[in-house]
Amino acid sequence: MYSRAYRFLVALPPILWVSLFLLLPYLLMFAHSFWTVHDGLIIHHWNLSNYATLFQNPLYVQVLFRTVRMAAAVTILSVLLGYPLAYFLSFRAGPRKELLYQLVIVPLWISYLVRGYAWKTILGSDGVLNGFLQYLHITHGPVSALLYSPFAVVLMLTHIYTPFVFLPIYASLEHIPRPLIEASQDLGASPRQTFFRVILPLSIPGLLAGATFAFVLSLGDFLAPLLVGGPSGTMIANLVQSLFGAAYDWPLGAAISVFILIVTLALLAITQRIEMRWSKRWSLE
Amino acid sequence: MNSATANSKPRSPVLAAYATIVFAFIYLPIIVLVVYSFNRDGVGGFPPRHFTFDWYRQLFADSAIWDSVLNSLIVAAGAVALSLTLGLLAALALDRADFPGKALFRRLVLLPLILPGIITGLSLLLFAVRLNLELSLITILLGHGTALISVATTEIFAGLQKMDRRQEEASLDLGATPWRTFWLVTLPNLKLSLIAAGLLIFTLSMDEIAVTFFLYGREYTLPLEIWGRLRRGITPEINAISTLILVASIILITVWYHLRTRSLRS
Amino acid sequence: MTTAPPTAAPLPSGATLLEVRAVSKQFGARQVLKTLSLEIAAGEFLTLLGESGSGKTTLLRLIAGFEQPTAGEIWMRGTRLDILPPYKRPVNTVFQQYALFPHLNVSENIAYGLRASNTPKNEIAARVNDALDMVRMQEFAAADPARLSGGQQQRVALARALVNRPELLLLDEPLSALDANLRKEMQFELKSLQREVGIAFLFVTHDQEEAMALSDRIALLRDGALEQVASPREIYARPATAYNAQFIGQTNLLRAIIREGVADCGSFQFPYAGKDASALFSLRPEAITLAEDTPQPADPVRFSATIRQQIYSGATELLELETTTGAFLRARIASRKPLSGSHDFVFSVRDAIAVRE
Repeated sequence: MYSRAYRFLVALPPILWVSLFLLLPYLLMFAHSFWTVHDGLIIHHWNLSNYATLFQNPLYVQVLFRTVRMAAAVTILSVLLGYPLAYFLSFRAGPRKELLYQLVIVPLWISYLVRGYAWKTILGSDGVLNGFLQYLHITHGPVSALLYSPFAVVLMLTHIYTPFVFLPIYASLEHIPRPLIEASQDLGASPRQTFFRVILPLSIPGLLAGATFAFVLSLGDFLAPLLVGGPSGTMIANLVQSLFGAAYDWPLGAAISVFILIVTLALLAITQRIEMRWSKRWSLE
Repeated sequence: MNSATANSKPRSPVLAAYATIVFAFIYLPIIVLVVYSFNRDGVGGFPPRHFTFDWYRQLFADSAIWDSVLNSLIVAAGAVALSLTLGLLAALALDRADFPGKALFRRLVLLPLILPGIITGLSLLLFAVRLNLELSLITILLGHGTALISVATTEIFAGLQKMDRRQEEASLDLGATPWRTFWLVTLPNLKLSLIAAGLLIFTLSMDEIAVTFFLYGREYTLPLEIWGRLRRGITPEINAISTLILVASIILITVWYHLRTRSLRS
Repeated sequence: MTTAPPTAAPLPSGATLLEVRAVSKQFGARQVLKTLSLEIAAGEFLTLLGESGSGKTTLLRLIAGFEQPTAGEIWMRGTRLDILPPYKRPVNTVFQQYALFPHLNVSENIAYGLRASNTPKNEIAARVNDALDMVRMQEFAAADPARLSGGQQQRVALARALVNRPELLLLDEPLSALDANLRKEMQFELKSLQREVGIAFLFVTHDQEEAMALSDRIALLRDGALEQVASPREIYARPATAYNAQFIGQTNLLRAIIREGVADCGSFQFPYAGKDASALFSLRPEAITLAEDTPQPADPVRFSATIRQQIYSGATELLELETTTGAFLRARIASRKPLSGSHDFVFSVRDAIAVRE
């Protein structure tokens, strides 16, 4: 029905554009990671020294591990918050389900910056939380450890990513045909058994998707540490940022970026493979 | 779970309480933010006393902010135009054409959404430097437009799948050329998808900071302007603008959601 | 669901297994089930028959435990059932779309109920094997349910329910998703399975032919109330109401005035012992024959009619008749060469059944 000319004309512009403005830049970043800098100039001498630095320089290694730990913490906390919420909405909320769903979605679209700023104002020494605690005489002076710490970063990112994690989990829970739940109960399984034997296994794809998303985005986040992290809350992406800024070592920055990129893609590929194998065992339609 | 009686809707008070806590966690910081935008004594301390509109007054007199809002609007409008056009073509191509590298293309176009923003931002920066492009609103616009193509593609693709092909076939059967068919049949059918996608892209662009961080020149978008002030310290004026952003986002997203539900339902 | 304790002896066939006592069900403002009572005998094949919206599925779900009665009680063997959650009732269900667990294979699906009641592993394996044998799905033991055909899935659903040895099996229109040929075949299988296993089946369907073929008794539901509960032959030969007469099989409804022991239908009269009143009679098409055919029915009632249409369907054909008074009747006769014009017809008085409105 569509002539070759039509198809050609339609497909070409986006392909060209994406090749030029996405593929090329990413490849350029990739290329930079193999170069080095010398006396303020970038030398196109291909080697792996940047990657060696990343994995051997104790500073970088330490920050890398800290970042992974923090990203894991954000992921776990977001799931612990998001899963029960999704379960509640899907199975227990009744007629208010739709409204509650919208209420969870709305914060997703509220500016990242706005939400980060909110935490900054809450956790500071002069912040709302400290004021609240002192007002209730729970503390007698400002607790300064709240802000400018890994704790604050994890808190802020959890706040941001819980709705992100909620979405795919909710979708996969909603996708479970209700007759399956009834069948499970009919066959003698208690609600607890039904959850662990039917609901949880069938919600794994959504769970994995959400968790991966939260982990990967937390891993590469540089804004939260700048807002609420302080020196002790620096993450690997901040190192990249400074390498492209004051510290001026673009190749090294590129190498770390590529590393984040590869980890991201690898994780996504793995979870996609798991998801596919898991749901290849069945079709829920 | 109360097992003594069989209910079709079991009560789970613990779960309900937990869900309430999660909701509170999600909303409290935002509520605090809004409340303190009206607090005369500024941000911090508890409880807030002295309701005032002063911060909003200050905000409305702040020309730098409104310049940045204008910049953001320009960038967002451009990003919408760019993304929708390319996204529409990409969706049509994915739906109707087979070309080598189709799978690669689909993955590539999604990357900016799933990768941390810093990677896409820096890559584009490297590219701009290579081309000796001066950083400005244009570079930001190009960045947003490119990164958000897949948002448009996904929405429009869904709309295409839902569309009744036979309308196009009927049009061709009645003698209209593919070009005419596209404008008179295909596009009107995609109206809802296009509007929904446009709204979404607009909102995401207005709020974008991670990629923008590496592509800006002398002119600031709104998030950049806010960011700059945050580095200098906290003022409740930022609470005020944040509250306004909040309200605008909620409106936009509610409209988007209803459009989307309508387009999926019809 | 816990299986009935091993010490409980199986009830003799015919003894009451389940009692629905004055149960009604309301959903908001809608009264789906009006107060009704029903008994299910041990080992019987009882069908709940009715149109969609008649309440048959609701009744089934009340017995299964997925809904609560608004009023009334359900008892089984001296235990009150309606206060128990579904997983504590000795009742199992075969769902309309089978509801097989997609993330478990066939054996794991069948073993599900046994695992839930903590049956020892080797016993599970043995019983799953027996269940697979019973439905002849042995070679599919490790199969993925999504890859099975409709009929195969249905058998797995049956096995999954029966392996738990429930006293009562509920089947929610299990054959409606199958195509016509497969359906007929599965009907045979179900019936012989039920005979073999010997447990009571409560079967829900809207298909009256299916109900007649399979059931020991039919409970006909209409708008949430029981119209009639009787064996298929009984319901067919002696429908209680006009609705029943028309729902099951085809019939002619004759309006008559009874006066002094004679029922006058306008086109013909026949003796009928009853009070002087207006009445409605059901007369099955196959009860009407051509007057010239032998043998003649007993107590014949004769009338004349013109053949308006002759609809051939193989062994028999349906004649549309217009009587001398302008009434329309249908007669089913053995096929013969085309007829036309006016003929004499005859039926036995005994075949005219008085029915309520």
